[in-house]
Amino acid sequence: MTPVREMPGTAGAAWTIARKDLMVELRTRVAFLAAAVFAVLAAAIFFYAWDPTAVSALDLAPGVLWVIFTFSGLLALNRSFGAELTDRAIDALLVAPISREAVFLGKALANLIFVLGVLVVTVPAVVLFYNVSMSWSAVAALAGVVVLAAVGLVSVGTLFSAMAVNTRLAELLLPTIALPFLVPVVTSAAQATVLVMGGRPGSGVWEWIKLLTAFDLVFVAACTLAYPFTIER
Amino acid sequence: MGATSNVGVAGHGAGGAGGGAGAPARDESAPPGRDRAPTSAPRPFGALFWTAVAAVGVTYVRALAFTPVEALQGPAQKIFYLHAPAAFTALYLAFALMAISSVLYLWLRDPKLDRVAACSAEVGLAFTTVVLITGPLWAKPVWGTWWSGDARLTATLFLWLIILGYLAMRQAVEDRELRARYSAVLAILAGLLVPFIHLTVYLFRTLHPQPIVLKPSAPSMPAEMAVTFALAFVAFALLFVALLRARYRLALAAEAREEADGSGGPN
Repeated sequence: MTPVREMPGTAGAAWTIARKDLMVELRTRVAFLAAAVFAVLAAAIFFYAWDPTAVSALDLAPGVLWVIFTFSGLLALNRSFGAELTDRAIDALLVAPISREAVFLGKALANLIFVLGVLVVTVPAVVLFYNVSMSWSAVAALAGVVVLAAVGLVSVGTLFSAMAVNTRLAELLLPTIALPFLVPVVTSAAQATVLVMGGRPGSGVWEWIKLLTAFDLVFVAACTLAYPFTIER
Repeated sequence: MGATSNVGVAGHGAGGAGGGAGAPARDESAPPGRDRAPTSAPRPFGALFWTAVAAVGVTYVRALAFTPVEALQGPAQKIFYLHAPAAFTALYLAFALMAISSVLYLWLRDPKLDRVAACSAEVGLAFTTVVLITGPLWAKPVWGTWWSGDARLTATLFLWLIILGYLAMRQAVEDRELRARYSAVLAILAGLLVPFIHLTVYLFRTLHPQPIVLKPSAPSMPAEMAVTFALAFVAFALLFVALLRARYRLALAAEAREEADGSGGPN
């Protein structure tokens, strides 16, 4: 951690904050281990929750993947701003001579890398348990869907995490307000995954990817602009 | 489907709704002094409310007795005179007002706007609940199932859940100003979410009837039905305004009592 002498720009400040969060995570590894173990356990539990001879594994795998994505994502987001409550660390972030948008983007970037890290464990676990065979082009398409979905989850999730920690319900509030916003994300990602895993990517996949991209553009912009309003002045 | 003898009744129905539309002007001149009277019990239900109830009553008499029965769905279609206007009121009046006053709140910082947003959320929740109850009641005889995995149903259910989350969050924030800012941010993001839920609806397979009344081309239904629908929309809009005003007055009274309690306690 090199001390920043001159005033960093928005991107520089965001990267500094993201690096700080990731370094804390890298040194403790508490949250990542919890989320990764949760993902593998959930994949295993879902495998035994249905009779694989009654429902084909290929029909289950996309749903299982995106349900795990949703809940492990919420697990990650809960501690994003919760960690800043200790010793009112958030106050130090807010008095820093950087824009509030940079604080939000930095937090969101750290969350994005965290969620993608969890997905790197989740996707192979699901592919393994459900015996999905995919071509390399299908793997590339799925990777694209995963990144787009993670950006969508992280944009609204980071903002709501910042709000939820300041309420009486704290982490209990996050799923209540964030889950409805994940409906378009999870629906699009799951439908695209059905087509990609089934080996029939056509124009249908593009429709879902376009919807995901539009969601990402709108909500990254809206949440970045909305974040300063949630900060006490 | 030709019940031409109903034209006269249509006139009466429209007359009833017209009287209702005239009521707010008469009513609003009366109560401004009552708004800030925390000592007396609030009287939220005025003449406007009872006019709205009467308009809803007239609508249903007309819908049940003087509007032709739909050829394919039979009497089950009658529930649309409740379902469609409730959905219209919830979406285009309650939630639109909630989103607009939330945007204005972040700009003007007037606590009145926050109160309007909170009250329309609550009234909108009531109307959405009506939509979610009448929908399955219609679907059972016509689709043969109470609930389908249909996207539009799911979207409405999630909208209902968003409003519940919004109200839960309001309960969880003590500070009035912070609560107003958080609520406005959540309401604005929910407003942005609605088009995405609709896009998801169109991409996902859908069983729900396509819009019949509010569509680009002319409504495809006989004139008697169209009049009853128009009447139902007017009656529901009126009921919405009346309930919103009632809820707003209760909110004012509750805040006044809170302040009275707060200043009475520590001092």
